[in-house]
Amino acid sequence: MGISLTRAAQWTMVSSSTAKLVSTPMNESLLKEILHFVEHFRSQYPQEAEHVFEEPLQWSTTLVASDFKTDYDISDSDVQSHERDSEGHPLLQLSPPTVYVRSFSQLSKLLHLAHDKKLAEVRACLEENREPLVKILGRSFASDLVIEAHDDAVSVVDRTKEEGLSKDLEVKVKLFQLFQDMDKQILDTLLKDISEQVRLNPKAVKNEVEILQVFCGGGDKGLLKSLRYTSDFEFSNGYRAPLWRQVQGDICYLVIEPCDTETLHITCSTAGIFLNGGIKQEGEENGYEQTSDTYEDLVTLLKSRSPHFAEKINQQDSAVQELSTKKEKTVNEQLQLELHTTRRNIYEPRPSGILSTCGKTEENKTLKSSEDEHKNLRQRAKSKTKAELSASSSPGHVSSQKLKTSAGALPGEPFSESSTESEEEEEQPYRHPETNTDLPSEYWQIQKLVKYLKDGDQIVTVHTLCAMMDFNLMQESCQMAIQDTGALKVLLNLLDTDEHKCEIGSLKILRTISHNSQIRRVIVDMRGVQSIVKILDSPVKELKALAAETIANVAKFRRARRNVRLYGGINKLVKLLDCLPNLASLTPSQEEDIEVACCGALALWSCSRSTKNKKAIRKAGGIPLLGRLLKSPLQKMLIPVVGTLQECASEESYRTDIQTLGMIKDLVRNLSSDNDELQMHCASAIFKCAEDKQTRDLVRKYKGLQPLVSLLHKADNKQLLAAATGAIWKCSISQENVTKFQEYKALEILVSLLTDQPEEVLVNVVGALGEFAQIPANKAAIREFGGIKPLVKLLTSPNQALLVNVTKAVGACATNKDNMVIIDQLDGIRLVWSLLKNPSADVQSSAAWALCACTENAEDAGETARSLIGGFQLIVKLLSSTNNEVLASICAAICKIAKDEENLAILTDFGVVPSLAKLTNTTDDRLRHHLADAIAQCCMWGSNRASFGEAGAVAPLVRYLKSKEGSVQRSTAMALYQLSRNPNNCITMHEKEVVQPLIHMMGSDDEELQEAAAGCVRSIRLLYMANRNAELFTFRN
Amino acid sequence: MNKRTTQTLAENISKQVEHFSKKEVECLIREFNVLMAEQNNSGRAVHGLDRGKFISTLHSIFGLTDDRMTGRVFRTFDKDNDSVVSMKEWIDGLSVFLRGTLDEKIKYCFTVYDLNGDNAISREEMLHMLKGRLIRQPNEEDPDEGIKDLVEIILKKMDYDHDGKLSFEDFEKAVKDENLLLEAFGTCLPDFRVICNEKLLSSLNFPIKNSQSYSLLFLFFQRIEMFEGRVFQEQMEQ
Repeated sequence: MGISLTRAAQWTMVSSSTAKLVSTPMNESLLKEILHFVEHFRSQYPQEAEHVFEEPLQWSTTLVASDFKTDYDISDSDVQSHERDSEGHPLLQLSPPTVYVRSFSQLSKLLHLAHDKKLAEVRACLEENREPLVKILGRSFASDLVIEAHDDAVSVVDRTKEEGLSKDLEVKVKLFQLFQDMDKQILDTLLKDISEQVRLNPKAVKNEVEILQVFCGGGDKGLLKSLRYTSDFEFSNGYRAPLWRQVQGDICYLVIEPCDTETLHITCSTAGIFLNGGIKQEGEENGYEQTSDTYEDLVTLLKSRSPHFAEKINQQDSAVQELSTKKEKTVNEQLQLELHTTRRNIYEPRPSGILSTCGKTEENKTLKSSEDEHKNLRQRAKSKTKAELSASSSPGHVSSQKLKTSAGALPGEPFSESSTESEEEEEQPYRHPETNTDLPSEYWQIQKLVKYLKDGDQIVTVHTLCAMMDFNLMQESCQMAIQDTGALKVLLNLLDTDEHKCEIGSLKILRTISHNSQIRRVIVDMRGVQSIVKILDSPVKELKALAAETIANVAKFRRARRNVRLYGGINKLVKLLDCLPNLASLTPSQEEDIEVACCGALALWSCSRSTKNKKAIRKAGGIPLLGRLLKSPLQKMLIPVVGTLQECASEESYRTDIQTLGMIKDLVRNLSSDNDELQMHCASAIFKCAEDKQTRDLVRKYKGLQPLVSLLHKADNKQLLAAATGAIWKCSISQENVTKFQEYKALEILVSLLTDQPEEVLVNVVGALGEFAQIPANKAAIREFGGIKPLVKLLTSPNQALLVNVTKAVGACATNKDNMVIIDQLDGIRLVWSLLKNPSADVQSSAAWALCACTENAEDAGETARSLIGGFQLIVKLLSSTNNEVLASICAAICKIAKDEENLAILTDFGVVPSLAKLTNTTDDRLRHHLADAIAQCCMWGSNRASFGEAGAVAPLVRYLKSKEGSVQRSTAMALYQLSRNPNNCITMHEKEVVQPLIHMMGSDDEELQEAAAGCVRSIRLLYMANRNAELFTFRN
Repeated sequence: MNKRTTQTLAENISKQVEHFSKKEVECLIREFNVLMAEQNNSGRAVHGLDRGKFISTLHSIFGLTDDRMTGRVFRTFDKDNDSVVSMKEWIDGLSVFLRGTLDEKIKYCFTVYDLNGDNAISREEMLHMLKGRLIRQPNEEDPDEGIKDLVEIILKKMDYDHDGKLSFEDFEKAVKDENLLLEAFGTCLPDFRVICNEKLLSSLNFPIKNSQSYSLLFLFFQRIEMFEGRVFQEQMEQ
């Protein structure tokens, strides 16, 4: 019962004492099980039922005196049972509204009396008695048994028998056994329920949403009218819900317009999918509550809500097949394109017109239709096999299952293609071409224009293109019409005609419609990138600019970027940058050059998201050109230039160049621009570059610190804030900068940013605080501004990058006694300690360092440490880590913890000595230093000195003396001094020729080192003397 | 015409024409004289290039091949309507042709397209100019249906005052809005596509004004160089 209550039952609030059991189906069944158990207890186990509880179970009941019948003394509203314990207290006592019950038999009777309110009574009882076992069996016994719970309960009984304990105890043990059985039973039933529930994860939800989005729109034919997220911002963990909701398990919120019912507001959480109170935009406070049952996936929910959807999805069972044939489809399309381009190469552009496009597209059409036939055949074959597979279960369920597995399992699928690059645009499945009903009027108009485009000469083509430009090309229906009517193909063909007017017209359309991700992909599939890249060589500047602008839009996904690079686009784009950006007076031609350079920079910015492109830009000599453009006064130029630079600054080589080519000055200058985006990119570039000390100094030199601090006031723009705080963090690694920041009151603002910010900002803010807190005065300041509490709170974050910074900041703050008091009050030590369990080595080491600081400065650190169950085991276990930084930090932590003798004893029991000895062969000086410290400290207990010797730690330690590092020498001397108190160790040391370096160290200026070295030599000398005396003694005898 | 008279003439004209220097005008005069000499004057004293010679020049030097347009270009060059393009008209016309600003070109193109000179481009004029520019589909009854439809599309875009025809203001506004519409009804400016030979260009020690005349100039100078070469050759022979 204990386990099922603590683990399985879903409580509303975990910590508060007034917790309520959430009314979920699982809790209901749990309550029923318990009720059943208690009701039949009296009849099944009469002896145990008479056992008197250690403490009464008490709760406010709905029963009143009149409900009680015989066997009870009723006076006014109070009730007492006839049954009494050995001391004469009644086993049941009611003084409304509270009831006290002290035995199972009374409990059973009470429930019997309660009739239909039984469940409510059980619920109230459990809610108000959070630890029923403790009350029934007594604290000591319960905890004793809980620890033994892993063992078979029988062995407990045996043990109690052996120990010859009283009969009372035996009953207790029997009771406990019963509880355990019942616990198991309940868990078994619940497990069945749980295993049927789906734990959703963000990836599964995303896949499902993407698949459904494909089937959106298109009037009655579509499954849904629309489906969208409430927030476009996706956290790095794939969640879209705000952080404080993520804690509750919410993944994202959707707004779905079904074809037949009103708009649905849906919450996707890890527990399942349900309707909410209507979350339209991020940040609304209300509306998060659940207003429907929980479903395991979107399809099931939609099926239950929208009859239209249910009908369609059953019809469109083919949807699944569609998806699984997608791969073949792309292959087909590829093939088709291949043919397409060979044809294109044959086609010779004629100056008199572009009539020949017509014939070509016709040919493509026939080609396509034959391909389609193949596809259909294959699809039919597929659906047949699928149908057989899914015959047994409901189609909707199967389809959703299939969708999930197909998305997760096939890495080759276009939409689950993983990418290592930043800000990757997901490749989405192709949209289905619209069927002929319900098409928007634009479709027909555009279709007519396409006819003229194909049939007309140059003059007509220009008119047609101009007419096409008059459509709202940003509108998706127009974009899709252009794709579906085949206009896109003609537009791309026009790029190869050498008719510059047609090319200009075509590019003007392409640059706009390429804002649509599907169009982008089709352009790449149709080998449009090659044509566009070729135009970059044109002598017409307008064409170059347009081509570059189009590339900027198209290169939003990896394949496109790769294409740009492969066809030599990067070199050409870099050439476009060559202009004189900051002349006072410009000729029209120079102005055009600047326009071209702007577009070139835009294109490079898009391309620079791929690592290989970054290298290509550098190789093409782009960095000096970008540096020159950085001096431009134009914002439209600066944004893409700085954007590219900050994107590329992830590469070491760029950072060096940015610094040496003097770009920091310009970046700092633009921090004070009035454009948020430009400021953000500048701050972000500084963030990435300020890893380097010289850069940090330059930022200070050019007075960049004050504008950075003033950016902190723009708290609404989270991206800007993240970049600015990042830059402040990195800049504050230099202490001089921190002093400067102090003048601008940065610390206070930073502390205020510790709450209600997205993780990107938090990581940087906390990182900066960690650096600020290296100065003692700031530690107190952080406390005064109330920063300690939010910091400690962040220790429970799941974000590893954040945890590394938080532990560092907490560690830095902990060196101030007053801070430590607060941290201790907030249970910070336990939180830091528990972070040692984090899988990330960075978090582990960072937490261990923080632990050092905490242990050193906390009042009763030893006591606290011991109260953490399993903590010592964890620390000793981490000594087998393979990461030197983790090892060094853990050694340092052991050194601090072991200052408390009791702790040292426990550590010794857990085998700290052999673990440390195993590490002694390291060559890492940092680890050596802390390891020697830890060994020195651990020598203080029992026979540890001898144990170190036996484990072979002494000989390697002697070698440490040769290290050039002063700290290593010092720690080693201390450790050797401690070890030398064991005669065997002295012998080993002497054998390894320790004396000479030690004598050398005795001449050191450091008194402690002198003393340690001398002490060690003394021990060896004493041993020698004793030995000689002994020899003489033996000889004399 | 001797060298000195050419020079003085060039000096006079270059003062009246905006985009050419004296030296350039000199070259153009020489080119004009060569063309005049090539022309079969059949004994009559003519003071300019006649229609046939002019059109063949447009064809060979400037790559204008559309008959509908070349005729109109001749009428536009021939400002005084005397059926010949005089030297002054030649240089004036070329000034727009090669170095014209957008405004000058708009004016020039509009004049070319305004077939009847009523200061507006009517539906009929458009129809005339666009006829045959669309491949006729075999299943269509009216061969001009597509063109008619296109004219409506053009009017919808360019006829800002909705009077069913394009006034100069309409045309000017539309072109300024979208430069592609400058040669809306037929090519009447020199073909832009020329083979660019960087080496030759750099050898020309001549200020290049903008990108468009950049390549045109080259074409132009190629001719003039040839012409100059010829002149020098003649001098040597004498």
